[in-house]
Amino acid sequence: MAKHPFHDIAIVGIANSEQARVLEGHDSTTITFQAVHRVLADTGLTPWDIDGVAAGPFSGPLTYYMRNGPAWRNHMAPSIPIILDAASAIATGQCHTVLVAHGSAGIYTERASTAPWTRPANEFVVAYGMFTAAEFALIAQRHMHMHGTTPEQLATVAATIRNNGHAHPDAVYHGRGPFTPDDILASRMVSDPFHLLDCAMTSEGACALILTTRERAQDLPNKPVYILGGACDSFGPSYQHPPAWDLAGPSGRNNGYTGRWAAQKSFAMGELGPTDVDVCEFYDPFSFEIIRQFEAYGFCEEGEGGDFIMDGRIGPGGQFPVTTDGGTMSFSHGGAAVQQLQRVIRGVEQLRGTCVSSQVPDAQVAMCSNGGAGALFTDVMLLGTETP
Amino acid sequence: MSEILQPQSPGIPLPVPTIYSQPYWDGCQVGELRFQRCQDCGAITMDPAPACSACFSENLEWEVSTGLGEVYSWTTVWRPQTPAFTVPYVAVIVTLDEGFWLLASIINCPVDAVHVGMRVKTTFVELSDEITLPYFEPTD
Repeated sequence: MAKHPFHDIAIVGIANSEQARVLEGHDSTTITFQAVHRVLADTGLTPWDIDGVAAGPFSGPLTYYMRNGPAWRNHMAPSIPIILDAASAIATGQCHTVLVAHGSAGIYTERASTAPWTRPANEFVVAYGMFTAAEFALIAQRHMHMHGTTPEQLATVAATIRNNGHAHPDAVYHGRGPFTPDDILASRMVSDPFHLLDCAMTSEGACALILTTRERAQDLPNKPVYILGGACDSFGPSYQHPPAWDLAGPSGRNNGYTGRWAAQKSFAMGELGPTDVDVCEFYDPFSFEIIRQFEAYGFCEEGEGGDFIMDGRIGPGGQFPVTTDGGTMSFSHGGAAVQQLQRVIRGVEQLRGTCVSSQVPDAQVAMCSNGGAGALFTDVMLLGTETP
Repeated sequence: MSEILQPQSPGIPLPVPTIYSQPYWDGCQVGELRFQRCQDCGAITMDPAPACSACFSENLEWEVSTGLGEVYSWTTVWRPQTPAFTVPYVAVIVTLDEGFWLLASIINCPVDAVHVGMRVKTTFVELSDEITLPYFEPTD
């Protein structure tokens, strides 16, 4: 008997479609279908082995065209919460093998504006020119005011992650580096303290995962990667209200450390702590978010994240390597959701030992995250090669 | 001498009020920054909402803020959200003296002078027949 129901669920398939700044000849549906074909090939499964689909707006079309109904489905744009929903659906016997997929192409065409998913309209932000960089900057500036975190520390995070993408042959910005922190600081300012190279880029692409039971995983070709724990922290809707660090209710738990309580629950499920994590596949919408997450998850004390990430600690060969493919800054950033799945896919690759950039030797535990305090949420998953 | 921040010109996307936020926007048109106070627990709710964000009571009444507060966080934006916006502009979260936060922009201030703790007050700019937008400016 597993110590937690998640421990009986394995990720057995992962795949990426082509990733590029612009994918000529594709729309979101065709690129998502490409990722689905590739993830089926990765596992050796057929469409009719799949009895659950979590692919946002593509859930219906996939089930219709694969003719794999009757199937469990989830229509929310997939990221960590939806992967956890899929795992829960399997653990509770609603289905046994779930395809998770998402993709985006042809969405961002007005290049004079920021990407459409970065600027949702809301009456209290719309007239002030807000978009994601400005929302996350308001979080970063507050931390810099409280703790003296520096632009050089932010730039060190960005250079580290961009160098991982520089080395990854499938990254959209493969070969664009290497970068030093000074290169980051020399790029043009977007929203103070974020220079252009402190920010996520935009691209197009899709990806997919397949989850199934521990038992079925033993018959499949890939080394199973188990879910050790996972949970989600939300403080409200993204980009509609002031993204205040100190936003909190009577619990005193504050938005500045969103993800802390999800991480605590995840560590408890997996009977682990931060020092057990071999690779940190943290979501990197903006450089400061990595510093914040190390504090939120208990890798270091509050206010010490800026010092913590220095001296090679988060780079290849360091104690806590982060975002080993280049993340949203360099690997890919297809839209509002698809790139969040990449963190889990890279965690699986690291534990399979097949990550082609910054592979951590003998990695056994990966911590994956989505979101950020500028968006009022952070989701956490712990993956492992073994379960407690 | 650095650039003095200006309000945006008509043509930017404008707020679309809801049934429960309309009194807030009506207040802006007469130069009042309005907020809701819970008649059961006394807490302030902002942004406008259908229920108290401290006790979830629906028993809310509108009051008028002094419009005075201080900058809680800020960011100077150099890459506009859309071409409708003129850069630079400075987005701020202001902590009003009554204790609530408001997201807005600072004007009538040198672009490099904005800092956490800066004292500010509301000022209103008419952008259409329906929408007058609150901004903040330095108190001195």
